[in-house]
Amino acid sequence: MTDGWRHTERPFPWRRSLWIAALLTPALVVMVLFVLWPLLSAFRFAFYEFNGLRPSGFIGFENFREVLFEKPYSDWTYNALKHNVVAFLALMVFENGTAFLIAFALLKALPGHRVHQVIVFLPVVLSAVIVGFLWKLFLHPLFGLVNQLLGLVGVGAIPWLGNENTALGSILFANIWHWLGFPTLVLLAGMQRISKDVLEAARLDGAGDYALMTKIVWPLIAPSVTIVTILTFIGSFNWFEIPYVMAGLTGSPGGSTDVLGLYFYRTAFGSTTTGIQDFGQGSALAVLMFVFVAGVTAIALRYLRRREIEQ
Amino acid sequence: MRDRGETIRNGAIQLLLAVNAVIMIYPLFVMVASSFKTNAEIFSSPLSLPTHFSTANLEKVWTETNFVRYLANSVGITAASVALILLFSTLAGYAIARYRFRLSSLVLMFFLSGMTVPLKLAIIPLFIQLDTLGLVDSYLGLVLVYVAMGIPSAVFIMTGFLRTLPRELEESARMDGASELRIMWSIMLPLARPAMVIVAIQNAVPIWNDFFFPLVLITSDNLKTLPQGLTVFVGEFTTDWGVLFTGLTLAALPITLLYIVLSKQFISGITQGAVK
Repeated sequence: MTDGWRHTERPFPWRRSLWIAALLTPALVVMVLFVLWPLLSAFRFAFYEFNGLRPSGFIGFENFREVLFEKPYSDWTYNALKHNVVAFLALMVFENGTAFLIAFALLKALPGHRVHQVIVFLPVVLSAVIVGFLWKLFLHPLFGLVNQLLGLVGVGAIPWLGNENTALGSILFANIWHWLGFPTLVLLAGMQRISKDVLEAARLDGAGDYALMTKIVWPLIAPSVTIVTILTFIGSFNWFEIPYVMAGLTGSPGGSTDVLGLYFYRTAFGSTTTGIQDFGQGSALAVLMFVFVAGVTAIALRYLRRREIEQ
Repeated sequence: MRDRGETIRNGAIQLLLAVNAVIMIYPLFVMVASSFKTNAEIFSSPLSLPTHFSTANLEKVWTETNFVRYLANSVGITAASVALILLFSTLAGYAIARYRFRLSSLVLMFFLSGMTVPLKLAIIPLFIQLDTLGLVDSYLGLVLVYVAMGIPSAVFIMTGFLRTLPRELEESARMDGASELRIMWSIMLPLARPAMVIVAIQNAVPIWNDFFFPLVLITSDNLKTLPQGLTVFVGEFTTDWGVLFTGLTLAALPITLLYIVLSKQFISGITQGAVK
């Protein structure tokens, strides 16, 4: 690279510095005020007791002890954590499994595949709030679309969101419907990067669709699988909107749909039912969630990337 | 024989895709169809088309609720946030990409590290910060949070793109005595439009759809955004499903129409945004 400006600007280096500083300032100010400062404070506040909106005294690991070991807080924490783990596993199997199948079907580029890509991605652009309310109406025990359809084949009304055993599954279903297009298109993009020669060679060697899918395509899209796995993990631990809209802030019925995002929000900003509002405990929860997600992501990335290289 | 096996397999694939398409589209179809029905019609014949297209629900939503207000708030807040993200990230990206200065790689690293921060988890200090500045329950507070959320990836994309532009144009303009501002504004930025479109879509969708930050930061009904306003709206009409479906349809309409027109840019914008 040649630096043409250097000759013209040399007599006035301060003018150039000023110009560059002016260009950078707006973005830097916003970042410092609304990202850097809040992030550092989030870690600091976890060690403070709060008096309303202001930190009032350093209390060491007391907030952490409360949310991890002191009942009833610890029970709430582990109950929510359990549902996040269940959500992650269910999304990995059902959402990403379906996404893989559909991506593989789209890889064949049969007539209409482009239209299908647009269709499958359509719900992704909708707000989770719209999706949540839509499925809440559809899952209504008496008038909902789902039970009406099941009624046609003689299945009785099921209170999907009112039963502790089906509520979380129902919410996960809505989430899968909402988000399916995303892993589908990421996996498809990975599959399309596989060279046509490899696929044709396998075909000539007599590989059927199933063998092609399991023996050739699956191992070769490891990088896309890594991305989808990590994003599913992060997504399932940030889960908030759909559980909030479909089952409420307290994870009803009986806490069966409570997740860490809801529990964190309740702890920090209170709710009409629990009446708790504790910025210190909330900060401790936020720090734990951040460290947990960042830690697992880092370990998983190392492990998954190594697997990719070995292939 | 082989051809026949192939035909059957392709048929199975098309069937799988058709079933999936129905599952993705049918709920949306029911949502739109129900918005033209009366409550009684929704409950008695939920699966059929409306017998006559009544716009009573639409009128109710338009005149009797704050829906239009929520819609306008969402448009304003999204537009302002995206405009500021584009402006700030283009300026910063331009400085990093087109000039050599001592701290440039450090500044870029600072912006990039912002991509790894989930701002939702810093909501407590963010709330306190905005409260100190008197910006809780205001448009500006919400916009600033969105701008902060969008800047890191936007700077990343703009810097990457601006680096690829040729130096010759810039240099010859300098020879002709053009000012730095004029070179940037009239020569370089018009070339950066494709990257700006990606940045705009990538930020507009999550901001338009966001529920969490308004939930925490906005309390006045008049300032609520559409996703947040929908919760109020649903609370008012829990038993009038015709009105509920109309509200959901109207809320989904703007972004759906945009998506259908710009689906390619949407898909690449959103998938790139998360994969980056």
